Amino acid sequence: MKKLWILFGSLLSIGLLSFHSVFEQTSELLPAAPKEKLSDYGFFEGLPAAQKPAEGVVPYRLNTPLFTDYAEKLRFVKFPDGQSVAYAAEQVLDFPVGTTLIKTFYFPLDARSPEKGRRLIETRLLIHEPKGWKALEYVWNEEQTDAFLEVAGDTKELSWVDRSGQTRTQTYSIPNLNQCKGCHNSNEKLTPIGPSSRQLNGLFAYEEGAENQLIYWQKKGLLISLPALSEVPKAAVWDDTTTGTVAERAREWLAINCAHCHRPEGPARTSGLFLQTEETNPTHIGIKKTPVAAGRGSGGRLYDIVPGHPEQSILVYRLESSDPGEMMPELGRKLVHQEGIALIKEWIRSIPE
Amino acid sequence: MKYKCTLLGILVAQLTFAQADFQKNLQRELILAEDGDTIQIPAGKFSLTQTLSLEGKNRIVLKGAGVDQTVLSFKGQTEGAEGLHVSNGQQIVLEDFTVQDAKGDAIKTMQIDGITFRRVKTEWTGEPKPENGGYGLYPVLCQNVLIEYCEAIGASDAGIYVGQSKHIIVRHSRAFHNVAGIEIENSQMADVYNNEATENTGGILVFDLPDLIQKKGGNVRVFNNKIHHNNFPNFAPAGNIVATVPQGTGVLILATNEVEVFNNTLTANNSIGVGIISYFMTEKPMTDSLYYPYPSQISIHSNQFDRDRVKYQGKGRLGLLFKYKLRFGKKVPDIVFDGILDKNQTNRPALCLRQNQNATFANLDAGNNFKNVSRDSSPFDCTLLSLKEAVLSQK
Repeated sequence: MKKLWILFGSLLSIGLLSFHSVFEQTSELLPAAPKEKLSDYGFFEGLPAAQKPAEGVVPYRLNTPLFTDYAEKLRFVKFPDGQSVAYAAEQVLDFPVGTTLIKTFYFPLDARSPEKGRRLIETRLLIHEPKGWKALEYVWNEEQTDAFLEVAGDTKELSWVDRSGQTRTQTYSIPNLNQCKGCHNSNEKLTPIGPSSRQLNGLFAYEEGAENQLIYWQKKGLLISLPALSEVPKAAVWDDTTTGTVAERAREWLAINCAHCHRPEGPARTSGLFLQTEETNPTHIGIKKTPVAAGRGSGGRLYDIVPGHPEQSILVYRLESSDPGEMMPELGRKLVHQEGIALIKEWIRSIPE
Repeated sequence: MKYKCTLLGILVAQLTFAQADFQKNLQRELILAEDGDTIQIPAGKFSLTQTLSLEGKNRIVLKGAGVDQTVLSFKGQTEGAEGLHVSNGQQIVLEDFTVQDAKGDAIKTMQIDGITFRRVKTEWTGEPKPENGGYGLYPVLCQNVLIEYCEAIGASDAGIYVGQSKHIIVRHSRAFHNVAGIEIENSQMADVYNNEATENTGGILVFDLPDLIQKKGGNVRVFNNKIHHNNFPNFAPAGNIVATVPQGTGVLILATNEVEVFNNTLTANNSIGVGIISYFMTEKPMTDSLYYPYPSQISIHSNQFDRDRVKYQGKGRLGLLFKYKLRFGKKVPDIVFDGILDKNQTNRPALCLRQNQNATFANLDAGNNFKNVSRDSSPFDCTLLSLKEAVLSQK
């Protein structure tokens, strides 16, 4: 008993000590002092939770987004005044210094009827500073009045009703700042992942009406050197069969969910598995490729992808696992994306043996 | 009594709360650390549920109160593929703590120039099993790697694993109950000395694998190590390259160039004392045109061999090969070479053997369907130039 007390006492004092030093350090260590509250940036008009973009803040969507435990996402970009970005065919657009990308994660209370409302969980900012991109994380309070800066991450217990009417409860994980860079990483530099021309090449329902996002950006003077739309690559929508073949949609799903790490510039380059859409080497895509450091993530299977046999493919095993020592992606999900995996399986089944 | 129980209940609740705080506060310290800081972790056993990470920092010392004094236990881990993850920095020192029961790898460090592990222990508790994490100490794509006075126990792949790195010293360390004790993979300029590798499936491995970013390993010296009783049944999950390592392996060199193995004592590794094999022996497909699948310029000299008078211990296809095809019985050779030679490469010897004490030999002639297995080592009696010492640079 006595020992417990001592242990507890020492833990408490450690906690207090480090807490104290953190308070002292926060302000001076994060460059260009991040604001404490999301509302301080003025990205939104009216109630922050309504997420109505203020003047100069443009909403956007991606054709095939990353799966994050079934969270819905609202995306916005704010350009520095009067500036624009040049078109690029394949890579993420090279946004000018001063750009902020804003992404809010939320769950509908009942996915069958959005009018019942939603719970905002977190808003992530990527701010392009002169020294490079910086990630910041804001966590919404229970009252949904504002979101507050959090560097060390958090977890939230969630309960919501999915599209089939089933109540889901889950522990949702909010990343710490290091984890942001776990994915947003190109040659060890923090970088955006989503907004490439090919991912933006699709319609968005603006207040003024639906329009192709690239055209809209061009009209607003945000995008220059845009070629004719017919020449712009277009990412397939993973769950829309009219937008691409099974292979195209599967590769797109793998690209957005895996290729931020699994590409030659990404943190998983050590594995030799590269899943960006432009990769054509079958071994690098995983076909008959032996794992390098999978450990028990291999699930006892021999190759990343065995053509014709999703049930023998390590890639599928790791996507279906929720064990942190085996699962892929390593971060950002606790649930299995059943619909996405069904697509990947269909694709692997279709690869000739 | 009832009162006491309630009090204990409150205590446990508070303790759990304090531990969640501990994790968040330590992570916050790691995020906010300034270059040059030392971060102290106090004595005690702490339960963590997420990967701890240190990213983009220079000259940081992360220091506990000692091995088994400061224990970071990841038994209840629900998030993250490693216990501790350190990336993208320079001159990082990890010392005096234990990382236990990580769900994936215990400590992974990536893209660090100057990484020191000193008096660090990684372990998976309980009987070694396939559910254990893959690697214990795991620097990858690093330069100037120093691992000393460390201990690695229970990894289902390699206890101490240095991959795709340059300028490496692994010394005074102990690897126990792993599939591979110490493994140097696709790495250059490595010295592995004064270590003990015991009761692993394989003691020390030097591997070159295809399809990786850092293509070629080489200039690897393995010397003055005690490599003994590495007869533990292989418990690696299938698919991993180490799952093919036979139990009873002392040292295994796979497709690497310039490896010098000397002054080691190899005792009671009852399948293979030192094996030298090409990638063809793995029977895995090979599509990487830049990959060189043959071992070359391998020098095995001045080692002391002793083995128990028992049959080959390994299982799987290699086990069948030994049992039915090679039929060495209890006269299992200490040094085994698959005999597959690169016919376009005749300038430099593939393998030199000299002054090994109490060593028997076999050339398996594997490229010729094991037709002319030879126990005569005299064709390999030669000397290669000593390899260069691994030197770490301090910035």
